[in-house]
Amino acid sequence: MAKYLVRRFAFLLLSLVLASIALFVLLRIIPGDPANALLSVGATPEQIAAAQHEVGSDLPLIVQFLNWVRDLSTFQFGESIISSYPVGPEITSRLSLTVPLTLIAFVVAVAIALPLGFIAAFKAKTWYGTLLNGFSQLGIAIPVFWVGVIFIYIFALKFMILPSGGVPPEGWANIPGTLKYLLLPIATIALVMSSSLTRYVRSATLDVLGSDYLRTARSMGSTFTQAMTRHGLRNAAAPVISIIGIELATTFVGAVVVESVFALPGLGSLLVRSIAQHDYPVIQGVLFVSTFAVLMIGFLADLIQRIVDPRLISSSAGDLR
Amino acid sequence: MNQVKSRRSWSLIVGLVIISTITLVTLISLVWLPYPIDNTDGGRLSPPSWSHLLGTDKLGRDLVARLMVGARIALSVGFSAVLIAGIVGLTLGMAAGFAQRWLDESLSALLDILIAFPTLLLAMLIVAARGSSLTSAIFAIGLGMSAIIARLTRLLVKRVLAKDFITASRASGTSWPRIIVLHVLPNIWPTLIVSFALQFGLAGLAEASLSYLGLGAPPPNASWGSLLQEAQATVMTSPIAAIAPGLFLVALVIGVNLIADGLREIADPTLRRSR
Repeated sequence: MAKYLVRRFAFLLLSLVLASIALFVLLRIIPGDPANALLSVGATPEQIAAAQHEVGSDLPLIVQFLNWVRDLSTFQFGESIISSYPVGPEITSRLSLTVPLTLIAFVVAVAIALPLGFIAAFKAKTWYGTLLNGFSQLGIAIPVFWVGVIFIYIFALKFMILPSGGVPPEGWANIPGTLKYLLLPIATIALVMSSSLTRYVRSATLDVLGSDYLRTARSMGSTFTQAMTRHGLRNAAAPVISIIGIELATTFVGAVVVESVFALPGLGSLLVRSIAQHDYPVIQGVLFVSTFAVLMIGFLADLIQRIVDPRLISSSAGDLR
Repeated sequence: MNQVKSRRSWSLIVGLVIISTITLVTLISLVWLPYPIDNTDGGRLSPPSWSHLLGTDKLGRDLVARLMVGARIALSVGFSAVLIAGIVGLTLGMAAGFAQRWLDESLSALLDILIAFPTLLLAMLIVAARGSSLTSAIFAIGLGMSAIIARLTRLLVKRVLAKDFITASRASGTSWPRIIVLHVLPNIWPTLIVSFALQFGLAGLAEASLSYLGLGAPPPNASWGSLLQEAQATVMTSPIAAIAPGLFLVALVIGVNLIADGLREIADPTLRRSR
C-alpha cells in the first residue's frame, strides 16, 4: 500500500505540473496579447506598451511562467485585469457556493442511485425493474441545462413555489434562505447524476449476482444476505467507487452550466464571464483550481478503491488505474 | 434466448430510425428551409400555427427553420469531433499499445492525465485560448475525446498482441504493418465502433453545453444549445421553444446509444447472456 501511495502521489504531482504548464502555454502563446483587454480600438503605441507593462506581458515568457508558478504555489493568482481585484479571494468566495452545491447534489444523487440501482438489478425482470433501467439510460442523454430550464418553468414560473435563480444577498449568513434558492439547482444536478449512477450500480450488482463466488458461497450454506454482505458488496464497490469519483469531478465541472442556468454567483459563472472578457489571470486561476479539484478527487477515489479492494494494488506495475 | 436477441436488434432498428430522421432533416436543411434563417417576418413570439409549426422566437424567426439548422450543427460537430478523436486516439493508442515499457508507461500516464480532465473543462480551456467559434468547439471536444479513444485502443491492442495467432504470424515472417491490417484492426474494430457511436452523442451534448454558455457557434447559425439559452428568457410565453431543442438533443443521444447497444450486441454475442 505504501509503495502504491508514493507512486500515486508522484503521479498526482506530475499531473499538476503538466496541467499548469499546459494552462500557461495555451493561454499565453495562442491568443493575442492579454493587454488588449485594457485597450480600446486605435490605442497609441505608448498606451499599448503601458498596458503590456501593467499586465506583465512584455516580460520574457520564461519570467512570466516563473511568476505564474510562484503565484500558484501560494494559491495567489494575481489580480483580475478587468477589475484589479485579487483573484484568490474571489475564487474562495465563489467556491463557498460551488462546493456546497456540488457536494449536496452529489450526496442526494448517491442516496437515490444506490437503492434504485440495487432494485433495478434484483428485480430486473419486473416492470419496475425495466422502468428503472429506462430511467438509468436517460442520464447520459439528458442535457443538464434543459432539466434546469424545465424545472424553472414548472416550479418557479408556473407554480411560483421556488425562486428561479440567484442567491439572497446576505449569502450563507442566511442558511435556510440560501438553501431554498439552491433547491432547484441541487434537484437538477441530482436528477441527472443519480440517473447515470443508477446505471453503474445496476450493472455492478448484476455482475455480482451472476458471479461464481456468490453461487459457491450460497452452495456452501450461506444465506443470500450473508453471501451478499460478505462477498458481494466488496466486489461491487470497487468499480462503483471509481465511477463515483469520475461523476463527482464531472459534476463539479458541470456545475458551471447549472450555475449559468440559475444565475448563481459560483465558480462557473466566474469562468464564463472571464472567458468572455479575456481576463487571463481569472481564467487561469479558475481553471487551475478546477483542475486541482478534479485531480484530487481522482486521487482519493483511487485510494479508497484500493482500500476496499486490495487486489488492485498488486495488479500490473505500469497501470496506475 | 431468442426473445432477448430480437429485443436487441430492435434497439438497433429504433436507433437507426431516429438517427436517419435527424440526418434526413439535416440533408433537407441544406437545400430547403421553411424560412430563411434570418427572416424575421413571422412576428415576435407568435404561437404555433400553420405558417409557423412551432411558432417564432423573440426576433420573429421561424423555430422549425432554426431547429433544422441546429440539427446540421449537431451532426457536423458529432462527425468532426469523432473524426479528430478517431485519428488522434487511434494513432496514440496504437503507439502506446505497440511500445515497450517506458514509452508505453509515459504515454499511458499522459492519457490518464488527459482523461482526468472532464471534456467540458478542456473545451473551455481551448475556447478561452482560441476564442469561441464552431471550429474551436469541434477541435476542443475532439481532442478531449481522443484520450478516451486512445486508452481504449491501447488496451485492445495489448490484448490482441498477447494472442497466439500474433506470435504465429510473426514466426511465419509477417511484417508488423501487415499484422496491424490483417489481425489487429479487424479484432479491435467492433469495440471501437461502439465507442465512436457513444462519443458521437457525447460530442453533441458537449457542443450544446458550450453553446448554451455562449461559447459555441456564433449567431445566426444557432445550435440547439443556444436555441435553448435564448428560449429560457421567454419560457413563460413560449415553452415549446425551450422544450423542442432539448427533445432533439435527447433523441440524438438516445439514438446513437441505441445503435451502440445494437452494435455491441452484434460484435460480442456473449453479452446476450448477461443482460
